Amino acid sequence: MKLVEITLKVNGIRYAVDVKPQRTLVEVLRETLGLTGTKKSCNEGECGACTVLMDGKPAASCLVLAIDAQGKEILTIEGLSQGENLHPIQRAFLKHGGIQCGFCTPGMVMSAKAFLDEHPTPTPTEIRKAISGNLCRCTGYQQIVDSIMGASHMMKRESR
Amino acid sequence: MFIKRLPGFEHHAATSIPEALDLLTRYAGKAEVYAGGTDLLVAMKKREKIPEHLIDLKGIAEMRGIRSNDQKGIHIGSLTTLAELESSSVVKGKFAALWDAVNEMASPQIRTLGTIGGNLCGAVPSADTAPPLIALGASVKMVGPDGDRSVLVENFFKGPKESVLRKNELLKEVFIPNPAEFSSGSYVKLMRRNALDLALVGVAAYLRLDSNDKICKEARIALGAVAPTPIRVPQTEEVLAGRPIDITRAEEAGRVASQVCFPITDIRSTSGYRCSMVEVLTKRAVLEAHRRILGTR
Repeated sequence: MKLVEITLKVNGIRYAVDVKPQRTLVEVLRETLGLTGTKKSCNEGECGACTVLMDGKPAASCLVLAIDAQGKEILTIEGLSQGENLHPIQRAFLKHGGIQCGFCTPGMVMSAKAFLDEHPTPTPTEIRKAISGNLCRCTGYQQIVDSIMGASHMMKRESR
Repeated sequence: MFIKRLPGFEHHAATSIPEALDLLTRYAGKAEVYAGGTDLLVAMKKREKIPEHLIDLKGIAEMRGIRSNDQKGIHIGSLTTLAELESSSVVKGKFAALWDAVNEMASPQIRTLGTIGGNLCGAVPSADTAPPLIALGASVKMVGPDGDRSVLVENFFKGPKESVLRKNELLKEVFIPNPAEFSSGSYVKLMRRNALDLALVGVAAYLRLDSNDKICKEARIALGAVAPTPIRVPQTEEVLAGRPIDITRAEEAGRVASQVCFPITDIRSTSGYRCSMVEVLTKRAVLEAHRRILGTR
């Protein structure tokens, strides 16, 4: 298959890359751009590990062709912190034990980011629905719900 | 199971309906139509489908978006995503049964990608948008080399993964007529878990009451996942129409619905369990639609 030249905008940076049409966004992020923070696990849209934001909305990057991600603002876990300064969601995950093995964490944090941007004062039930597409086999989810709740408080405090 | 990478294909980004139809004819038998990709790309990774050509519809602006600018109803372009439907105040306010379905389908990161057209064209018996659309009296418009045609969603499905859409046609849009006064609907879905699961049973109800809220003037009930296609159940509707709606009436509707459905036994549940659940869910769907009509006063 012939290569196609595409331009992706990831975390505010434009990348021009040559890809085969069948390459998915998660593959290009990890293997071509070296952004391995986004994880690839089930590869069929069930686990949420590969969740990134496209124009602010959560998307399973294993089910997006890299070709189709052109023209969108893509945000990955690498684009969340500012240097050594972690995003409030990341700090809250550390504080509340929302991270154990860490494999689901980038996807979980990106789902939380998309959700909190639209629902700054959530209930635990809303949080559970927001992360219903992200599987975690370590925490039992409660610490993650606590983390997102904690993050919402932190973000409100810090935006004052 | 280890899921492979996508097989190779040639990618064609169509920018108009005529262009997409041309590509469909030119690559007949070797191409797949690609919209949201949430079903197709998984099938390709599993090598259930290995198309040589992918006809990408995402760039066709006229197949996208919700238009409610006439007195008759809303037109939903088939590329409209489930997330767009979920965040539409018109869908939530006027077509509550459809909103119930898109609000519970898959997961947020799938709803961003998956489209209403793809859900219908996949034509699986458990397609969540089908029962509400049937209950709401919706139709779909298909375009092909010989022009347009419309069919009711009720008549769109032919069997598991089979619809009346021809190989050289595209599903362009869904049309839902405005609901009458004193009416509302609901969709109730049973899953093994609270998210990311196919419906074991799905029931959509649409009720219209008389102006005194006493008598049900019209009822439409549709079931998903309990027959080779989503089905409408007129026998159940007859139990409701012309009578006052109360819990006894709703239970009777449930009993009739469970007698006319014919589900299969599979890995997810048995036929008998599905029938029992049709009985319960039909009752709940009817009572919820009724509650919503009274609640809007």
